[in-house]
Amino acid sequence: MTDAPKHPAGKSANPSVANRAIREMGSATLDGLRKGRNFVEDVGGMTGLLFDTVTWTLRSLFMPKVRFRLATLVTQMVRVGVNSIGIIVLVQAFIGCILSLQLAPTLERYGQLERIADVIAIGVIRELGPMITAIVLSGFAGASIAAELGAMVESEEIKALRAHALDPIQFLVVPRFLATVLMIVGLTVIANVVGIAGGYFTSWLVLNVDPEVYIESTKAALVLSDLTTGLVKAGIFGMLISMIACYEGLTVSGGAVGVGNATTSTVVKSIVAIIGTDAIITAIFFAFGL
Amino acid sequence: MSDAPDITNSIVANAPPEKDDIVISVRGLKKSFVNAEGERSVVLDSITFDVHKGETIVIMGGSGCGKSTLLNCMIGELPIDRGSVQYRISTINDPVDICQVPNDTLDAVRKRFGILFQSGALFNSMTLAENVALPLREHSRLDERIIDIMVALKLQQVKMLPHRDKFPSQLSGGQKKRGGLARAIALDPEMLFYDEPSAGLDPVTSTAIDQLIMDLSDKLNVTSVVVTHEMDSAFRIADRMILLDKGMVLKMGNRASFEALRDADPNSLTNPSDRLMNQFLNGFGEGPLTDAEGISEFERLIVAP
Repeated sequence: MTDAPKHPAGKSANPSVANRAIREMGSATLDGLRKGRNFVEDVGGMTGLLFDTVTWTLRSLFMPKVRFRLATLVTQMVRVGVNSIGIIVLVQAFIGCILSLQLAPTLERYGQLERIADVIAIGVIRELGPMITAIVLSGFAGASIAAELGAMVESEEIKALRAHALDPIQFLVVPRFLATVLMIVGLTVIANVVGIAGGYFTSWLVLNVDPEVYIESTKAALVLSDLTTGLVKAGIFGMLISMIACYEGLTVSGGAVGVGNATTSTVVKSIVAIIGTDAIITAIFFAFGL
Repeated sequence: MSDAPDITNSIVANAPPEKDDIVISVRGLKKSFVNAEGERSVVLDSITFDVHKGETIVIMGGSGCGKSTLLNCMIGELPIDRGSVQYRISTINDPVDICQVPNDTLDAVRKRFGILFQSGALFNSMTLAENVALPLREHSRLDERIIDIMVALKLQQVKMLPHRDKFPSQLSGGQKKRGGLARAIALDPEMLFYDEPSAGLDPVTSTAIDQLIMDLSDKLNVTSVVVTHEMDSAFRIADRMILLDKGMVLKMGNRASFEALRDADPNSLTNPSDRLMNQFLNGFGEGPLTDAEGISEFERLIVAP
């Protein structure tokens, strides 16, 4: 150790364990603070974007001078919604099937196998329909929106829009926001039907539950508020996905790597936001007896 | 920057006497950026110049000298720390400082200028014709048939009419720039800004783009601001030139004064800033620019006793 290079301050370049631990803790604290600041900045940025988007949406709906871009909205609805139907049907059919197979042994133990329809119906319509649809959509449409807008930033298209006195929020964000919110509600209805159908066929064909009893139990178990709370959740998830995707896309920097990071970040943040918001909304509905 | 000539004197010496025809007036512009570590670096400082109606002014400088940042500040894309960028346009009576105005006034100014971006910045989801039609559809109430005719005219002006139904991905670099130019002139602008119009193009295409810039300037009588580091292109199209170095104006003057500096024998130049500009304008591999870069801080530490 005598030949070890000396630190400019005259101390050994190999710090002690305690010294290293303090440095690591300091570094981790700074890193945590930086991430905290970034989180606050992101939340602030997305809130601002949501405010601007809602303002532009209302202006385009109610002010004759501001053009409502119906053709762009339809294009985005096809892209976000129609193209996602297949994968949502597939995933939700599996969810119905898995739910019935997972619940069957427990219900059978209590002699309540015919109640499987109630549990699946409520579970799918209130929770799994909107949530699974939102998670699939965050990967399917959210990532695609972030990548598209990010590529537009990198190729100076967003700058070109502003240079032509066109607001990127009005021009790009509003149609994607509306398309995602409208289509996620529609997709959730489809997901609900397919999820229940998945449970129905699995219960009938594998668990030998009487199909007529299954349908009657489903009808008896469901009330209108089950459907509306699920659809309200879906709409809020749609807002979250579109805002996160558009924000990540519009704030891209760093070329192709930046676009890739924005895509990954959109999916991760959307999933966390969806599940976190779901917990909050469910708690609120629970508190109000809905 | 200690070798830089007196900027104020330079401006006074080079500014044409008429004041009425000034359409863009940049005064004391300062712009800095803060990096991820919170350190602030000044990119542009004390930038002051005027642009006169109908002239083509070329802003030159090496990579990283701040010329693209200056362009972005001039078009209202980047907020500035200090100073003003004033426009005098036909649709608004009083001069407009775009750094101080609300968004709708900024948009009113933007409708009167066109910008050709470095990559062309055509919208990839639209055909070339749709790209050119976009500003017309958004900012005019013209009938679709009239818009079609105007699009054809604009594309014909930049010799891109045969490609009207192609998507940007089907066009070459030069064609994208021509297409971008057609879109920039769609609303018959009073001013045109060009960001590196010749960058990445072969010499023949580059010359063709320069010719196009000169043609548009002559035929449409637009004021042009061109940012470039391509010397051949700059000397072809410029009426006046500005040379930036390290975020400050090193020299401003008419093309002849820059040509004289370029053609001077480097050994005859005694002023260090003249030698620096001579090296830059000629693209010499050796000179004060490369000498300064040659000894880095790292080398200084090693070599210094």
